[in-house]
Amino acid sequence: MPSDEVTETQGRPEDIRAVPVKHPGRWLASAIVLVLAVVIVHSVVTNPRFEWSVVGHYLFDERILEGLRVTLELTVIAMAIGIVLGVLLSIMRLSPNPLVSGASWLYIWFFRGTPVLVQLFFWYFIAALYPKIDIGIPFGTAFIHGNANTLVKPFTAAILGLGLNEGAYMAEIVRAGIISVDEGQTLAAQSLGLTRLQTLRRIVLPQAMRVIIPPTGNETISMLKTTALASTIAVPELLYAAGIIYSVNFKTIQLLIVVSGWYLLCTSILYVGQYYLERYFARGAARELSPTALQRLRAGWLSYGHHEGGIR
Amino acid sequence: MSGPMVKAEGVHKRFGRLEVLKGITLEVRKGEVMCLLGPSGSGKSTFLRCINHLEKINSGRLSVDGELVGYRQVGDKLHELRESEVARKRAGIGMVFQHFNLFPHMTALENVTCAPIRVKKVPRADARARAQELLARVGLAEKAGAYPAQLSGGQQQRVAIARALAMEPKLMLFDEPTSALDPELVGDVLEAMQQLARDGMTMIVVTHEMGFAREVADTVVFMDGGVVLESGRPADVIGHPRHERTRSFLSKVL
Repeated sequence: MPSDEVTETQGRPEDIRAVPVKHPGRWLASAIVLVLAVVIVHSVVTNPRFEWSVVGHYLFDERILEGLRVTLELTVIAMAIGIVLGVLLSIMRLSPNPLVSGASWLYIWFFRGTPVLVQLFFWYFIAALYPKIDIGIPFGTAFIHGNANTLVKPFTAAILGLGLNEGAYMAEIVRAGIISVDEGQTLAAQSLGLTRLQTLRRIVLPQAMRVIIPPTGNETISMLKTTALASTIAVPELLYAAGIIYSVNFKTIQLLIVVSGWYLLCTSILYVGQYYLERYFARGAARELSPTALQRLRAGWLSYGHHEGGIR
Repeated sequence: MSGPMVKAEGVHKRFGRLEVLKGITLEVRKGEVMCLLGPSGSGKSTFLRCINHLEKINSGRLSVDGELVGYRQVGDKLHELRESEVARKRAGIGMVFQHFNLFPHMTALENVTCAPIRVKKVPRADARARAQELLARVGLAEKAGAYPAQLSGGQQQRVAIARALAMEPKLMLFDEPTSALDPELVGDVLEAMQQLARDGMTMIVVTHEMGFAREVADTVVFMDGGVVLESGRPADVIGHPRHERTRSFLSKVL
């Protein structure tokens, strides 16, 4: 970080005032970007086929908002399953027991090796494979009997498909994080009498978080959009809700714009959340925390300030 | 006084086919300060790690305060200790590392209180009060809220000493505690260790600080190639080494 110290200028040699190098390329590039932006905005605003009034009309339509709620629910639950499963699988993967680590490897191999859309269909049609589902002691008494069609509704199938798939990806992310923590940390923790589990929970995982959080944020953003696949198995999420509306009024493009707007808003919020999470887990790693957006504004330089240069 | 704090008899340690310890036999009395000297690769650090079972020994007997390290003897059979039992024994032995290994996501105070709270289940307030005391003892009372990255190497190492002391160990192991420090920061750490020795702590110190060994150690052990070449009072081993190997090593470091 640059220091904010301002030393006295008296008695020091005069600051250099040189004629800056001219950058005609930068001006040209800026001009091209500006012209393109004007062209795009102009066409979007003036093309009557966009029918912005229709977009505005459906933006807060009850069915759209309900679809958005389902999308967010799917995202949160599937990610929660993915993260818990990922932590579990990564710990299994690092286990000294070859059977345990092998099982984890096999899981990851299977769920990363097949398309998530196929997995969604698979869970949706699970009743064809297992018409009856019993939950209980293997080969013993069952506590829950059920018909697969009533137990695994489309929403459940989507949760299973997305969550179990996500677990495989999260496992690799968590494992990379755990491996990134210096071995000396484990030694120190063990020498203090912490058990393996305490060491993992209190010492290794919190430090691994710095490595785990950024890709997990990406995964969450990706998950938010992947939930749109659930529309193919009739889960009434955002895209499905829009589909129901445009199948009646044929305002397909307008409704897709509505949907895109909501997705963009949600991913933008997630970006901000990810920034603060990363900042929180960076404590101790850097001497000073990076400023929050508010602090940056207060300091008088907008978010672009720290990206020095640009075109070179 | 009762038996020795550490007793090693013919301790062997192999990493794959590489034999690092080839029969170490030594005793550390209670309250004694022992310095382990020797070239790198002589097995000093490995021996230190064997004492709190961070490394498993392959043969021989190693005991701390009369109890075998890592095993329980029933009849003439050795039974491996469970992880929780190993952890409990480790809690009674403090260790200080060359690269400090402070927990970077915790403040100095949290580093010191972590193990007492998690392992000994000491109430949080008591642990904090005790940690403040320990930090004051190593001269870092004002740095309680600082993260390791905000401390100098010497300060980090003193926090590490306080962290180990917070578990009220009966034995302290130091693995080259000053080797990673700038020369001008070494003094503060050695002073903290000297204070500890004066307070009667049993200490085993792997070090290249000959001044410290001469002044503070009760016994100096010279190791080379996985065996103890000679041991005795510092004045004898450092002042009048009997082995040619010891002489040549000392002539390089003194």
